Amino acid sequence: MAAAAFYDLDGTLVRTNLVHVFAHTARNQQGLWRSLTRTITAAASVPMFMAADTYSRRMFNDVFFRYYKGESEDRLRYLSEELFENVLKDAIYPGAYELVDKSKRLGLRQVLVTGAIDFTVMPLIRHLGFDHHVCNHLEFVDGRATGRLRPPVMAAATKASWMRTYAEKEGLNLSDCFAYSDSMSDLPMLSVVGHPAAVNPDFRLRNTAMQHDWPILDLR
Amino acid sequence: MPKRIATEKAPVRTVTRGPVPRKKEDDEVVYIDTNSAPRVLFSGEDLLVEDLPVGTRVIYPKAPLEGLANPGAAVRYALNHPLGTDPLYAQLRPGMRVTIAVDDISLPLPPMVTPDIRQTIVEILLELLDANGVDDVHIIVANSLHRRMTGPEMKRMLGRKIFDAYYPDRYYNHDAEDPDGMVHLGKTNHNEVVNINRRAVESDLLIYVNINLVPMDGGHKSVTVGLCDYESLRAHHEPHTIRASDSYMDPAKSMLNKKVERMGAIVQSNMKIFHIETALNNRMFGPQMSFLTKNEDDFNETDRLKLEATRWALSKMPAGAKRTLFHNIPAQYQLVACHAGETQAVHAKIIEKNFEQYMVNVRGQSDIVICGVPFISPYNVNSILNPLLVQVMGLGYFHNFYRGKPLLKKGGVLILTHPCYDKFDHQHHPSYIEFFNRLLPETRDAEVLRHKYEEEFARNPSYIEMYRRGNAYHGAHPFFMWYWGENGRQHVGKVIVAGAENAHVPAMLGWDRADSLTEAIAMARSHVGPSPDISMLHHPPIVMVDVE
Repeated sequence: MAAAAFYDLDGTLVRTNLVHVFAHTARNQQGLWRSLTRTITAAASVPMFMAADTYSRRMFNDVFFRYYKGESEDRLRYLSEELFENVLKDAIYPGAYELVDKSKRLGLRQVLVTGAIDFTVMPLIRHLGFDHHVCNHLEFVDGRATGRLRPPVMAAATKASWMRTYAEKEGLNLSDCFAYSDSMSDLPMLSVVGHPAAVNPDFRLRNTAMQHDWPILDLR
Repeated sequence: MPKRIATEKAPVRTVTRGPVPRKKEDDEVVYIDTNSAPRVLFSGEDLLVEDLPVGTRVIYPKAPLEGLANPGAAVRYALNHPLGTDPLYAQLRPGMRVTIAVDDISLPLPPMVTPDIRQTIVEILLELLDANGVDDVHIIVANSLHRRMTGPEMKRMLGRKIFDAYYPDRYYNHDAEDPDGMVHLGKTNHNEVVNINRRAVESDLLIYVNINLVPMDGGHKSVTVGLCDYESLRAHHEPHTIRASDSYMDPAKSMLNKKVERMGAIVQSNMKIFHIETALNNRMFGPQMSFLTKNEDDFNETDRLKLEATRWALSKMPAGAKRTLFHNIPAQYQLVACHAGETQAVHAKIIEKNFEQYMVNVRGQSDIVICGVPFISPYNVNSILNPLLVQVMGLGYFHNFYRGKPLLKKGGVLILTHPCYDKFDHQHHPSYIEFFNRLLPETRDAEVLRHKYEEEFARNPSYIEMYRRGNAYHGAHPFFMWYWGENGRQHVGKVIVAGAENAHVPAMLGWDRADSLTEAIAMARSHVGPSPDISMLHHPPIVMVDVE
């Protein structure tokens, strides 16, 4: 039976996270004043993002994506290539290339399961050669972001749920599948496969991984 | 009628011959009688003091051979008077590319007091290379599929001066999973693949610095195993080879050695190698702990005081602290021989010295063999002796410490003393955990494990990354550990672990457990009969037997 390797992105394969991506967008607004105010707002909001993320990933998403409200879809897509070249490409951990490469050689399907937004990850997906992906999508009305995500929102249990559905549809045996994440919020995603691994884990995930005897990788 | 087990503490008395007249054995062989003192055994990080049945044969290590007064001079002499090749200085020319490979942290055990003999040798080599205008020098730790050594461990091994000058660009660990780091040298006529570290192959000269702790080490194994990859290693680290090695500590009768020599011939035809081998004595303990190597009947008051104080202190310490303490007591090994030159010629000389140090002549096999399992093995320096490593110590190393015939009769009982705690080091042994918990409940058959699961573990991307970037043993390593116990497993009728703190670890390994050594011996009697011949191997340090 076929199998796959599922990867979280932020903090797992790249050292950036959603906030870095948003900061890049904020810095590259049309007009100096607008760039400055958006950047200051983003920087000032970081503690709030962290607090929200500590509480729950769902709350973080609710709070965080509001900051995209009013952004033009065209501009976000335009900035995505620049974002990849200037920010994401250099932020890919050296070990990430090896991990994906070894995994491909095993014949595993490469699947990215991330809470990042679609336009930010597409260049990276092509760069690392993923076969499939699932990510979050901003909701746009008349070409402008509403500050909300289109359901289903990829976070925590939703990722695991998507993986189960995907495996069923694609005829994958989850017991033979691998999953990699850095965050405790991805515990459900790690729990549904036969070969979970904590990658550059935070304190809570490290402890959990040790309790469950999961491998702990450091790709940095 | 079973013999009576002595249960009372007996007065001190030296006994060198048993009650039954026997043919001459070495002085290291002692028989227990009714007046004998209890014996001291390791049980992980604890020391047991146990009375043994009357008539039990206790086999002690030989006294340490006299260490060489000036190791540096011995090394220089070996470099200038090599066997089967030109002196090293005559092989050097300015601008050449030289790689020095050194044995990893698995040798010697425990790590020796500084300066490590490798430091002494490499310092001399670097001086010589520098004097001959050789600048392109790399030092590679030949760790094969073992874990990478950490920076502090590497600094300790070769000293601060070399570490500061060469680490990490020119002093690093071998990486068997580096896609660009290995070179295929060919195949033997038995289809064994020979892949070796690229830097070593592409050097004008490879100098290998070895420590031959046991007769299995050294020779062609140094390069062919130390600098190889998974494909090469699996050619001989497999159940059939181990079963056909009688024992793998006896190179002349070891299929493992035969295969390695075949592969070594290919290495030798492709590379220029200057081999330096060393033999150490068995002075494992310093003066404070040397009582552990003595015949307990010869203990004086100071020895008894030290023993009781050590046991008391250990009883008050948590397991982790005891482990740290033991791993931080360096061995007091001394150099007893150093030879250099052509691999096989050098190895023959060093092996002689190994046997001289370790081999004790004993007459006849035993129905029951007792071994105390200490805190350390080649695979858990600065780490935990996990259940698979307890297995490899018992059925692998201890069983194979013989030449001629095994000490234990076919179908006999091996009694080990160890707590068998269900603990693994997540950093060093991640694949062991999956092997133990997922595979062993399904099967203990080495053949099935190899064919069904070995490649899956070896190719597991997580384990590969942990081997390459962390300090983990390779994903295939727990399999090799299981195969390592294969001829012991085929030979032994029953294994009983005395003092195992739980039932499930021994059960998973296919062993029985007993609360105490006395209970274990009683259980063993029910297996082999009421009047068994019993032997105890009193190690550490290492003792091997030549069984007639």
